[in-house]
Amino acid sequence: MAYLDHAATTPMLPEAVEALTAHLSVTGNASSLHASGRRARRTVEEARETLAEALGARPSEVVLTSGGTEADNLAVKGLYWARRDAEPTRTRVLASPVEHHAVLDAVHWLGEHEGATVEYLPVDAHGRVHPDALREAIARDPDDVALATVMWANNEIGTVMPVRELADVAAEFDVPLHADAVQAIGQLPVDFAASGLAAMTVSGHKVGGPYGIGALLLGREYSPVPVLHGGGQERHVRSGTLDVPAVAAFAVAGRLAAGQREWFAREIGALRDALVDAVRTAVPDAILGGDPAPGGRLPANAHFTFPGCEGDSLLLLLDAQGIECSTGSACTAGVAQPSHVLLATGTDPDLARGTLRFSLGHTSTEADVEALAKAIGPAVERARAAGLS
Amino acid sequence: MTDTSQRTRPLRVLAAMSGGVDSAVAAARAAEAGHDVTGVHLALSANPQSFRTGARGCCTIEDSRDARRAADVIGIPFYVWDLADRFREDVVEDFVAEYEAGRTPNPCLRCNEKIKFAALLDKALALGFDAVCTGHYAQVILREDGTRELHRASDMAKDQSYVLGVLDDRQLAHAMFPLGDTVTTKDEIRAEAERRGLAVAKKPDSHDICFIADGDTQGFLAGRLGKAEGDIVDEAGNRLGTHEGAYGYTIGQRKGLRIGTPAPDGKPRYVLDISPVTNTVTVGPAEALDVDALRAIKPRWCGAAPTGPGTYTAQLRAHGGETEVRAELVDGALEVTFTEPVRGVAPGQAIVLYDGTRVVGSATIASTSRATAGAA
Repeated sequence: MAYLDHAATTPMLPEAVEALTAHLSVTGNASSLHASGRRARRTVEEARETLAEALGARPSEVVLTSGGTEADNLAVKGLYWARRDAEPTRTRVLASPVEHHAVLDAVHWLGEHEGATVEYLPVDAHGRVHPDALREAIARDPDDVALATVMWANNEIGTVMPVRELADVAAEFDVPLHADAVQAIGQLPVDFAASGLAAMTVSGHKVGGPYGIGALLLGREYSPVPVLHGGGQERHVRSGTLDVPAVAAFAVAGRLAAGQREWFAREIGALRDALVDAVRTAVPDAILGGDPAPGGRLPANAHFTFPGCEGDSLLLLLDAQGIECSTGSACTAGVAQPSHVLLATGTDPDLARGTLRFSLGHTSTEADVEALAKAIGPAVERARAAGLS
Repeated sequence: MTDTSQRTRPLRVLAAMSGGVDSAVAAARAAEAGHDVTGVHLALSANPQSFRTGARGCCTIEDSRDARRAADVIGIPFYVWDLADRFREDVVEDFVAEYEAGRTPNPCLRCNEKIKFAALLDKALALGFDAVCTGHYAQVILREDGTRELHRASDMAKDQSYVLGVLDDRQLAHAMFPLGDTVTTKDEIRAEAERRGLAVAKKPDSHDICFIADGDTQGFLAGRLGKAEGDIVDEAGNRLGTHEGAYGYTIGQRKGLRIGTPAPDGKPRYVLDISPVTNTVTVGPAEALDVDALRAIKPRWCGAAPTGPGTYTAQLRAHGGETEVRAELVDGALEVTFTEPVRGVAPGQAIVLYDGTRVVGSATIASTSRATAGAA
């Protein structure tokens, strides 16, 4: 089997499994005052410190959540509500059109239900938001902007955004900028303090940690209105009893991922380059999505459009040979639609139906690439014969 | 071409899974027989479900989930294919146009002809599959000379060969109906599903028309075609009442006519004729529904077309009985004479001809001639 869908989820690191299982048999609510509670709290706070160090943040800036989706919702909705409450004119939300649905749908919901005016920032053919575009959008009326949100790196086509420059522009106007960095950590140098971001989303299972755990890194001056109300955990921003084993394992994975980032970028990046070459050799008219420059994209991402093919057909044919990849981001309804990311980059809708994302990870090998190299040519030929129904 | 009737080697089979119990058991049986089965659920209706993707549900997202769940239990890959555009063009629009023209279509037949064993089958073959498997109750039998025959299911009570009567030899060559040779009750199929761990075992049967979820065909047609008031008249042309759209009536219909005055003889009246041109519905006594001949167009043969006149049994609707006919191809159309007059035959319906249990072919009824009308 060739698993080429690490951007969906990547195998847990053995050290993270060890931390998770070790803490599963330990009792203790991190909010309790007795010894068991104190022990749990110590585990959580040590984990928080570890994560903070790995991500260039202060421990108090790490707000633990149930994952990336919740962190995105907390950032987008919470910051919007807080800013609007403080200044009722601030109802404009600026977002890149290539965001993950966890951001995109949250932003859309604010527009539908909370009186927000949503404005999608222009992107170039690689799906990148330019700082000038953000400046132009904010400067049109700096006083009505609630927040801006631009992902660190795109989950489908891998394009890396100029986060530091975008944050500089936002800071000029005192506009909080949020970035979904779920795909970036472990692959790019991510330093929250240096980024200038107000808030940043990270997730456990994309870096070799467990599912169901993530965090919103949140500058200390920001107090988003909670999405989840309750016991007041996590700076009163995110209530809920903490999942101590998951937090501990997330920290282990986060530390290891940050520590081996350079190795990852070099080795997995080289493997990705080999994969791109192999696909192009087998299918000369395949179109590489995202930024072709190595520095402009995630080192583990390869995204292709295969003209005349249905992505679903390719997926089926490759799956039948044990090669696992994705057409883009998963669709819960089960019916493939052209990716909003591709459409935002100006791709023809018919063309956008024939995409595949191959994403590598820490367990990827040359054999995975070889298996794909062998299978992709005949699969594309077949899928073309089946056409676009 | 691969022959699906040869069960000696495993085939690559695409199982159409509706989310119901029959298609789930059919897929499970195909997999158990050693075939390499992949499940597919067809998303056929284009209801935007959310802003997110403009995502299309199938008939419902729940059906799609039920099908996926069954595929997971069987242990086969599962995909959802979006055939909504084709379905709308070839089945739904055809359905509306037929009613608008005063005819009574059977959308299930159309779906088998144009979607399941055309659009779906073509795509399956192109992707390297050998066959499409469904939960229909019918049998494909391979003869020694290499030709295939479509036969009624072993269990006549469950037989669905009528809605498959539109399949030609090529389509039959790639059709697999794992339920067709079982004599079984629905309860036994449900028990089998239960035994196989399929959660759809207790799911209620689907019925009626899949794209009219609430079963209100009249309401659906009214929404599509609008109100068009017209006259309800008797055979002599006397106006008896008004209707809100001739498309809402089917020949042989008795209920819902809303005629104030009773018939002179006090007997119930039935819809005898629908004229879309004058937007008139003609009603009359049951005897006037008797038909002794009909002409049917667009014949499709399950094998070679008959060369001369022949005697067959015919079925005129999905759950109808059999009746003896003589049929002959004249200028590409089927001329059919009934041995005994039959009642309530509506243009647009399919006539399926049988030789014993074997399906000979089918055609779409274009016109009928009535014993009483001829005598009048």
